[in-house]
Amino acid sequence: MKAKIHVTLKQGILDPQGKAIEHALDSLGFKNASNVRVGKYMELDLNETDKARAEVAVKSMCEKLLANTIIEEYRYELSA
Amino acid sequence: MNIGVVVFPGSNCDHDCQYVFRDVLGQDVSMVWHKESSLAGLDAVILPGGFSYGDYLRTGAIARFSPVMQAVKRFAADGGLVLGICNGFQILLEAGLLPGAMLRNKSLHFICRETYIKVENASTPFTNACKPGQVLKIPIAHADGNYYTDPVTLASLQANAQAVFRYCTADGTVAPESCPNGSLDNIAGIRNAEGNVLGLMPHPERCAEAMMGNDDGRAIFLSMITTCERKQSVGVR
Repeated sequence: MKAKIHVTLKQGILDPQGKAIEHALDSLGFKNASNVRVGKYMELDLNETDKARAEVAVKSMCEKLLANTIIEEYRYELSA
Repeated sequence: MNIGVVVFPGSNCDHDCQYVFRDVLGQDVSMVWHKESSLAGLDAVILPGGFSYGDYLRTGAIARFSPVMQAVKRFAADGGLVLGICNGFQILLEAGLLPGAMLRNKSLHFICRETYIKVENASTPFTNACKPGQVLKIPIAHADGNYYTDPVTLASLQANAQAVFRYCTADGTVAPESCPNGSLDNIAGIRNAEGNVLGLMPHPERCAEAMMGNDDGRAIFLSMITTCERKQSVGVR
């Protein structure tokens, strides 16, 4: 299976990169863009056919390494 | 005193720490490769600054899984002194030996300049050579030093005098303007609840001898040496 993982700073935690991009968008004339959040995208192949087991593995990877849950949140998609 | 300086791939302040302890302060220093699994015989361990594992993923996120970190955890649990400087502080946070996390500096810049920090707690093993409220001039050099923790943890850090160093002005005023990186409550360094693990973003090893034009950092290392000598005189590590 393939796992696609997104890690972003939690809502409520200042994202200085997001703010900088927001200002840049604003100065380019995109006045309708707001609340920009920057994150990381990772994808990986899992040697696993069972979706439930894959989910347990990916969750554990996120909790232990891929995200720092003090400041970040994560979400993932699994596909065959 | 026998100091271990841990060397991760990408550490770059390891030799500065070795130089200060060995050449300036006359102590025994062992360099400890990150694959080591024992810290036997050491009185204190330093996690130096640098860019361990290229700061990939997050600062300190991968270094915390180095074999030596299991030994550092045991060493800390047994009461050994552990000092994390800059990237070493970030590793201690990722390893859960200190609470909180580092965000990118508020300005997004890598900041390399002198800062002033106030010694908020002068009765720790790392600050006992300082006076309470003393202001130290120590340089920072980091992109991710914006300390963050949840409000409950912050309150307990404050209640237990665990926020050991806070960024201030030259005259010791702790104000938002004196915070270089956006750190919560101007925090520059914290200790654990037990008091034997300390992390700080400024680099005391870069200003520990008069020849450098500033030896304010020396107080931190002298404190550690005094602590270890006292422990030895009463027969504990």
